[in-house]
Amino acid sequence: MSWEVVIGLEVHVQINSKTKAFCGCSTAFGAEPNSQTCPVCLGMPGQLPVLNHIAVDKTILTGLAINATINLESRFDRKNYFYPDLPKGYQITQFSVPLVDGGYLDIASNDGKKRIGITRIHMEEDAGKSMHEGLDAVSHIDLNRSGVPLMEVVSEPDMRSADEAIAYLKQLHQLIRFLDVSGGNMEKGQFRCDANVSVRQFGAPLGTRAELKNLNSFRFIKQGIEYEVIRQIELIEDGGTVVQETRLYDSVKGETRSMRSKEEAHDYRYFPEPDLPPLRISAEEVALIRAGMPELPPQLRQRFEEEYGLSAYDADVLTQTRDLATWYEQLVAAHPKDPKRCANWMANELLGRLNEQGQNISNAPIDAKTLAVLLDRIDDGTISGKIAKDVLDTMIKTGQSADQIIEEKGLKQVSDTGAIDALIKEIIEANPKQVEQYRGGRDKLFGFFVGQVMKATRGQANPSVVNTRLKALL
Amino acid sequence: MAFSSLTCLQQRLDAGETTAVALAQHYLDRIQKYNPGLNAFVDCNVPHVLAQAGASDAYRATHGARLLEGLPIAVKDIFCTSNGPTQCCSKILHNYHAPYDAHVITRLKEAGAVLVGKTNMDEFAMGSSTETSAFGTCRNPWNTATIPGGSSGGSAAAVAAALTPAAIGTDTGGSIRQPAALCGITGLKPTYGRVSRRGIIAFASSLDQAGPMTQTVRDAAMIGAVISGHDPADATSVADAPRVDWLGACESRDMTGLKIGRPREYFIDGMHDGVRASVDAALEQCRKLGAEIIDVSLPHTKYAVAAYYVIAPSEASANLSRYDAVRFGHRCDSPEDLLDMYTRSRDEGFGEEVKRRILTGAFALSSGYYDAYYLKAQQVRTLIRQDFEHAFEHVDVMATPTSPVPAFRIGEKTDDPLTMYLSDVFTIAVNLAGLPALSQPCGMADDLPVGLQWIAPAWQEGAVLSAAAAYEAATAWHRQHPALFTGDAA
Repeated sequence: MSWEVVIGLEVHVQINSKTKAFCGCSTAFGAEPNSQTCPVCLGMPGQLPVLNHIAVDKTILTGLAINATINLESRFDRKNYFYPDLPKGYQITQFSVPLVDGGYLDIASNDGKKRIGITRIHMEEDAGKSMHEGLDAVSHIDLNRSGVPLMEVVSEPDMRSADEAIAYLKQLHQLIRFLDVSGGNMEKGQFRCDANVSVRQFGAPLGTRAELKNLNSFRFIKQGIEYEVIRQIELIEDGGTVVQETRLYDSVKGETRSMRSKEEAHDYRYFPEPDLPPLRISAEEVALIRAGMPELPPQLRQRFEEEYGLSAYDADVLTQTRDLATWYEQLVAAHPKDPKRCANWMANELLGRLNEQGQNISNAPIDAKTLAVLLDRIDDGTISGKIAKDVLDTMIKTGQSADQIIEEKGLKQVSDTGAIDALIKEIIEANPKQVEQYRGGRDKLFGFFVGQVMKATRGQANPSVVNTRLKALL
Repeated sequence: MAFSSLTCLQQRLDAGETTAVALAQHYLDRIQKYNPGLNAFVDCNVPHVLAQAGASDAYRATHGARLLEGLPIAVKDIFCTSNGPTQCCSKILHNYHAPYDAHVITRLKEAGAVLVGKTNMDEFAMGSSTETSAFGTCRNPWNTATIPGGSSGGSAAAVAAALTPAAIGTDTGGSIRQPAALCGITGLKPTYGRVSRRGIIAFASSLDQAGPMTQTVRDAAMIGAVISGHDPADATSVADAPRVDWLGACESRDMTGLKIGRPREYFIDGMHDGVRASVDAALEQCRKLGAEIIDVSLPHTKYAVAAYYVIAPSEASANLSRYDAVRFGHRCDSPEDLLDMYTRSRDEGFGEEVKRRILTGAFALSSGYYDAYYLKAQQVRTLIRQDFEHAFEHVDVMATPTSPVPAFRIGEKTDDPLTMYLSDVFTIAVNLAGLPALSQPCGMADDLPVGLQWIAPAWQEGAVLSAAAAYEAATAWHRQHPALFTGDAA
């Protein structure tokens, strides 16, 4: 039998904001437990939420970037359930009317470009953290995360493989970082994904889905979905039926297991949050946010290919983050002569070296202008491309400028004809046999003489001068 | 001095005839003498009261008097205060000390008021008789065998017996006006959004509103002016609300040209004859003062109680989820696990009426029932609001009885929640519509006070104050006091 996999994703994205969704507490990660709390996010009696408008603006920006509708009037609702890390006993979320409705992301798939529908993006607050490990018979609660602003991005069930799911997630992940709406750090829980997975015969109606939780890396998402797909197919082929349930992914065992069934599912008793009036946005505010929208990865990629003649690969590498793209354009501005060479040096030489040292472009020890000077020194013949790579090594290690390093290490290329001629004459005298063979027609020996000159100059002789003079003197 | 109005006490302070400390001592003596028989106060910290009074006298001496300088005011136990316990008269908040003052408390302190203590109330403001209080029933000063009304019964009884010249209550379905009526005092519920709810322990967030309970209309206006106004930390507190000339409105002495609506749905069979007679007489008095009495109809009134008892418990069921024994409040002994801690702590901490409302609300919001109950109730709420809007196209204010009956006997309705709920039949619609309303004494029935309720369009507190002030100036009901408490403490 041939099976079709159907996947829909719910992604919780932590919105970049110094303060929480409904109070002024800090959202900084890793602070002393419960040090970033106040009566509001502790759910103390009589305390009221006040909406953080930065979080609203960032959700709108994301909505505009996925070509969605911004609801000029949306609403907050209470989602009721008891858990010790949920101080009020309800989460403030958007249930009936979200801020953002209907959009899409285009991903690359095996069949070319594919459009993945996005049902909605709604705002909500995060819960705190319960800690059970290493504690005997008690649990500890850390409410620093309580009230941190989130947006939940809900996709349509449009993905047909784990690879498509990953492609969509990476696209979304890139987008939210590009827009600076989230740090997107998965280890810090800033980008969390739940996957709804079902299988069906091609052309059949949707199968019963299982919701997978605890997928906290791209690798686990892929593994979790792939495991779940096989589990469901085997179950059905063995005559069983898939039941609607929430399943937890166990990354140690690499399997999913039932967490709660449909019957045990919570009745969240949603109702409009009476402490917050409807969220009204004016068309002018939306227009203002749209005007401030940065160029997005697809447009940037296209522009880099067309304007700078970059390969699709280089364009893709250099548009992964906004910092990369900005850095590249600064480099081109400082070295406008050859944008392709700029891309080669940045993508292959610079990023490779930074990567080895666990650094990235935003904390690189050199800036774009500094790298441009190095490229200038190749162009003006001061150093060869080969030497330049050594210079770059030193630049990254020490943060020194190219000129400083060339000067200090005496790496300046030798282009003086007189000096090179003198060297060549010495070499001709020292190797009479090779000279004879060369003159007798063994052209291949030319390389031998070049090598001898370079050796004598420790690679600093200007290769084109060497070539010309060797030909003349031999 | 016992039954002096705030206005009168302020004049005496300004004239140097008394001091804040002397006033505080006077009321503290009365609390000490009379509170054991009334149970109006649940907390009163004598040294703290005297310290505030001393500080007020010092402030007056150096800076002059603020709006409520040196005036003693009691607050319902629902207001969080950074000094002393805030327990909402519930076991689940046993000995809870809030780390902050409610916005209303901050405003009162900044105006120089002396906070004399916390008053008794129905647990979490759920009740109409103050019988559901974890601290025991409060008694009506006019007849201590009867209830003072509720839920702000402690505040009403304390003012009626002059254990304080004024108090603050909250009103979700009539909890200021009904006890004010039953205790023969004045109580004002402002427009929803006029007074910040921050630091008021929430019962039903879309209905709760704080207001003054006083001897006179002008006293209510004095406090209203202080506690009202935008609070950026309460998103439902309205930023650009129309302003009120609080004290100016109370200068009104005649009703010439005033169109008073008499909603026929508020004069029903089954209401107490004495109440009907008192209110009819009051309306006749208004006619003599120049008002025109116009028959109006609020056709959806009969659905108000039902809609209220879906909406308020629904909101309450969520608002009371935070009492989960995790961070504060009562926790049961040696819980076996999380579920046991939740269920046993809440079972032990909440009283019967609170549990009944949490269950009602959770049920109304449940999947499959939401549309039939909560959504329907919200639709009814819209119709009730529209009823008022239509009626106010023809009249300036409306006058109704506040309660269909005078104070009933303690225990009389505790076994019959539905009958108890009907105590608020004339007050609830006002909360659903978010309107300002005031109750003032207008007669006696069975030797117990009867209240007259004034209702105005949203933000027109000035209209209810004007009408009530003119009526008060022409009558003497507000000067009647319960005989048991007319002697001075000393």
